[in-house]
Amino acid sequence: MCRVVDLQQAVLAKNDVCAHELRAELAARGTIVVNLLSSPGSGKTALLEQELLLARRRGVPVAALTADLATENDAMRLARSGVPVKQVLTDGLCHLEAGMLGAHLEDWLPEDTRLLFVENVGNLVCPASYDLGESLRVALASVTEGEDKPLKYPTAFGLAQLVVVTKTDIAQAVGFDEAAFRANVQQVNPGVEVVLTSARGGAGAGLLLDRAVAVADGASPHLPVMAARTAGHLHEHGQHGGGELHSHEGGLLHAHPHAHDGDDHAHPQTAGAATSPRAHRS
Amino acid sequence: MHEMSVAMAVVGQVEEAAQAAGATAVRSIRLQVGELAGVVPDSLAFCFELACSGTVLEGAELVTETVPGRARCGPCADEWAVGMPPDLCCPVCGAATEELLAGRELQIVSVCWEDGPVPVPTRERIPEER
Repeated sequence: MCRVVDLQQAVLAKNDVCAHELRAELAARGTIVVNLLSSPGSGKTALLEQELLLARRRGVPVAALTADLATENDAMRLARSGVPVKQVLTDGLCHLEAGMLGAHLEDWLPEDTRLLFVENVGNLVCPASYDLGESLRVALASVTEGEDKPLKYPTAFGLAQLVVVTKTDIAQAVGFDEAAFRANVQQVNPGVEVVLTSARGGAGAGLLLDRAVAVADGASPHLPVMAARTAGHLHEHGQHGGGELHSHEGGLLHAHPHAHDGDDHAHPQTAGAATSPRAHRS
Repeated sequence: MHEMSVAMAVVGQVEEAAQAAGATAVRSIRLQVGELAGVVPDSLAFCFELACSGTVLEGAELVTETVPGRARCGPCADEWAVGMPPDLCCPVCGAATEELLAGRELQIVSVCWEDGPVPVPTRERIPEER
């Protein structure tokens, strides 16, 4: 017989659970993850090169993991800073998932790391859907990309806890309208901080590092409206870092037999939000 | 883009639930996809068919319900459709939305499956079997 069963499971529950576990595990050893999202070519690597070097000079133990579809070019650039760097090749996959990140950290991440910068695959669509266990999510946009970028990619910018504008040294030449950009960010993510940087010109150097250190020291990052999910979802209280997970789905499999004998209510409890990390490839 | 990963997550979760319940075939799956979930239903439907291949979900129908984004401003007691791109500031007072009520769903709502063994067609005994 055919029956309809209410599953009520978040599709990305496995990734979410895995991300929460990773966040808690890292927090216990004093490490936070900073997840950097942007389109290809927006200047993530150049900015990161500068921030890693600054961190080293200031004596902040940092590490960086960079994900690309191919080549180790970014890792080679980042490694010049002298901090531990790891290149992850996704072999075509458009985003990182929490389970993948966790697996890459094993046997690599130095024990005393305070900040782990993760340079996600250059893509403003897919990475936005995956919590990597980060405590600070940063969306970057260069001045050449157009002021409407936050509106075109509302999930990426709407879930950011910090927005970084890059390449401001050429802002005037390309006619970047800062006020329009800020208004667009505000529309999808009211209250998020927007900072201006230029890795080439040196403007805003250290800002990203300062914000990350503040979060590592216990400051509460911005909580985007879009991240404060309400009914029926896995969500956190206490704005990240706490690792407190509330699953309203409860993992209960509630069966309504549509086979028409009203009392046959099955409650198998085995199929809830699973805890085993599992990376999928596209 | 990542719709294949999403499709595989759906298939994986339904497979586990079906196995735990002893279901033998999955007929259909109802999925809620919020306007702000960052998933394209058409692309997901395409990937879903591929992801089902060779599993207990083979041939299952994916029924997608799109959930519009809705937000609420507490002080104004105002509720509005946020639209796309979303406007998350209150249209009355301009302040940040207090609550996003809906629009981020990516949720398996229900599944229709066959439970119990698929009946094996029986045949008449032939006289030699007696």
